[in-house]
Amino acid sequence: MKGFNEIGFYKRISLKLIIAVSITAIVIISVYSYFNITAQSDAMLAEVERHANQLSETVKNSTRYSMLLNQREHIQEIINTIGKDPAIYDVRVLNKEGEIIYSTKEDEIGKMLDKKAESCYACHAENEPLEKLPIKDRSRIYKLDPGSDRIMGIINPIYNERSCWESDCHAHDRNATVLGVLDVSISLAEVDNQMSINQVRVLLLSVVSITALGFIIGFFVKRWIDKPVRELVKATNEVSIGNLNYAINDLSNDEMGYLGESFNKMIKRLDEVRAQLVQSDKMASLGRLAAGVAHEINNPLTGVLTYSSYLLKRTKENPQMQEDLNVIVRETMRSREIVKGLLDFARQSAPKKSLIDVNEILQRAIAVINNQLKYSKINLEKNLDEKLPRITADANQIQQVFLNLFLNAIDAIGPEGGLLKLKTSHLNLSPKGNVHIKNCVCSKNHNLIDNEYKIGGNDSIRIKIKSENNIGFVHLDPVYGSSGHFFGISFDNDKEVSLNCPVCDISLIDKNETCPLCGGPAYKITIPNQGYIEGCASFKDNWQRWEFVDRDGERKFVEIQVSDSGCGIPQENIGKIFEPFFTTKGQKGTGLGLSIVWGIIDNHNGTIKVTSEVGKGTIFSIKLPQ
Amino acid sequence: MNNDFDILIIDDEQVVIDSIIKIGQINNYKMDSALDAQIALKKIDINRYSLIICDIMMPGISGFQFITEMQNRNNKTPIVITTGYSTLDNAVKSLYQGAIDYIPKPFTIDEMISVMKRGINYYKLISKIESDPNSVAFVPCPPKYFRLGYSCWVNSGFDGSYLLGATDIYIKTIEDLKEIELMDIGETVHQASVIARFKSSDNTTHQLFSALSGRIIDRNEKLLKNISLLEKDPYFNGWMYRLIPSELDYEMRILTSCSSDRT
Repeated sequence: MKGFNEIGFYKRISLKLIIAVSITAIVIISVYSYFNITAQSDAMLAEVERHANQLSETVKNSTRYSMLLNQREHIQEIINTIGKDPAIYDVRVLNKEGEIIYSTKEDEIGKMLDKKAESCYACHAENEPLEKLPIKDRSRIYKLDPGSDRIMGIINPIYNERSCWESDCHAHDRNATVLGVLDVSISLAEVDNQMSINQVRVLLLSVVSITALGFIIGFFVKRWIDKPVRELVKATNEVSIGNLNYAINDLSNDEMGYLGESFNKMIKRLDEVRAQLVQSDKMASLGRLAAGVAHEINNPLTGVLTYSSYLLKRTKENPQMQEDLNVIVRETMRSREIVKGLLDFARQSAPKKSLIDVNEILQRAIAVINNQLKYSKINLEKNLDEKLPRITADANQIQQVFLNLFLNAIDAIGPEGGLLKLKTSHLNLSPKGNVHIKNCVCSKNHNLIDNEYKIGGNDSIRIKIKSENNIGFVHLDPVYGSSGHFFGISFDNDKEVSLNCPVCDISLIDKNETCPLCGGPAYKITIPNQGYIEGCASFKDNWQRWEFVDRDGERKFVEIQVSDSGCGIPQENIGKIFEPFFTTKGQKGTGLGLSIVWGIIDNHNGTIKVTSEVGKGTIFSIKLPQ
Repeated sequence: MNNDFDILIIDDEQVVIDSIIKIGQINNYKMDSALDAQIALKKIDINRYSLIICDIMMPGISGFQFITEMQNRNNKTPIVITTGYSTLDNAVKSLYQGAIDYIPKPFTIDEMISVMKRGINYYKLISKIESDPNSVAFVPCPPKYFRLGYSCWVNSGFDGSYLLGATDIYIKTIEDLKEIELMDIGETVHQASVIARFKSSDNTTHQLFSALSGRIIDRNEKLLKNISLLEKDPYFNGWMYRLIPSELDYEMRILTSCSSDRT
């Protein structure tokens, strides 16, 4: 698979998103700017035009008197004075023939203008010249040459009036309508300058806002999408290399967080299924092995049984021989039962699980032994929880568990009679004190489970402990959160203690972690497929943490207690009673009963505990998860 | 050369063959043996046998394949399955496949004698019925009944319980029925586990396998007083147990319907 960082920059979601948003921003800003700038320049031009018109009228009115008196120098003087304003490009007066009579530029005076010239074109565009020109058409914008500033020209026609033809100079014909044109040209350089400044501003705004948008989007995409996706990719990579304990921490509360959570759930479920698969595979191969052994042993047993029984039939006259042969036959029959037990054990490898009512199964088991209880003078006391939830389990196997426990109880009580108490209840339990560590390894994968030394009937966890010059072993209680540890040496728990793997001597102390209760060192032991367990390494307190099971929180359990008033189990035997072939019943028992019980309960992920007092009785307490 | 034998033993372990021969000699049966099913099939082509005792796990053809092969050849010689892998599953499978009986290894002499006797009697009975249906007063299993192999019948009690009993032909193979030993009420039985023991006048004990798994809620006490009920009316007054089945749906599929027996 491609590494996350190998995805080309141009392929990333963040860039795609930035581009999409930027394009939208550009379109919006462009359209807005276009209308804004157009409106602004229109307003400015209109202002200039109004100003020019006023100016034009002012010039016309201020020269009027001089014109009537035909004081030409005076007129030229006025025009020159006005033309000194730097915003005014020029002011000129043309007569009807197109001759420039007055102008701020003296060299122009006397020049003839063509009808196609800027100043004349407005009226002379058509063949018949216009006599009236509306105000809005009087202005025009032009450039003298491509490189120069824009100029706005305003033509103001000078109409013939009575005073004109009646004036002393009689300069004008009475029939003429238009006597000439006052042409004021104003430079638009400043306006244009202003407008281009505005354009630059808008451009700047666009660039700044798009950049800012890019950064903001980039930042949030990184935070909301990139980071969680990176976490997810990392998690999937971890899972693909087989680490099913990986969980995404630090989940956000959005959709990505939800995705992460559901991912965690999926992996956890996957892990459980894998563990189940491994377990059932193990049981299946154990079953095959047992079946194979049974098959192999049964054939020779056939020979032994047949021949010894045959001899028994033929030597009826020889009592000494009969006695010996009887031993052979009896022991062979016993072997037959042992092998049968082995096959029953093999059969339990494939439990047929369904939703069952434990009370009902219990009643069924009671029905089977009811007569036997009567003969043995045993009183049965039942205290069954009516509201017991149904659990997923193999009804036949659970019934077998009850039957085996009942039969043991009957044997323990003996012929004198006694009391058998059954109690069911349901409870919610935290994983602490209830989850049993069945498998754990050091970081080099050496098994730490010790099946020689048992705590509460379960295999303990054996760890090498070094304190000062003292070296020994500590056996940890395999039930999570329980502190029935056994210390092979005594040590001062204020001094430094090191915990090591008994096989490879690798340290089990996690340097990055301390016990949150005492602040001392903490150990960290890997539980294959189920994360790791941490605990206080100085054993000052009972702190333990197993995130993998803590994640689930409380679980529902059904508890079944079978207590008898029998002979009890001596302390030294309690650790052994679940071992196959351990029996105290001599030739009566095969020693498989409780090991089958243990196997079935273990198969159902339940726990079985035994407390016993010699002479007073024994209590078997089974907890099965819902 | 054409020979008649009483029993053919097929097993890949010589000690097992020797053991069975030893037991057969007590009743003077004429016996033959084969170390695998291939050899056995060749022997069956030449000789006639009244009963075949066959192992399941053998090199080449397995016991189950052997039953199928015999059925394909339309050979009616009854087959008894024996195996060291003595689980109820194998017992059920054997009877379902068409074996008339099942005997787990290691067996006692009595168990083997019982199986041989009933097997040979069974062969005699079906041969007689085949040659002349009126020569034996034989009551077939009533329609709507089901049976496991040829021995144990089951019939719905229409109230969730089921009645169990022994078929007429099974009782007839025992010959002189003398005693019956029943299980107690409340006990749990499994399909193909032993539910009753019969003693014949020659002191041989015969076992009957249950057709269903379940809990016994009632038993026919009259049988203990009057065993002849079994012979006189095996399907009605001769019932043995009333049982609440635990895995009915699954197990009924393994049973044979008696309705097909009458065609």
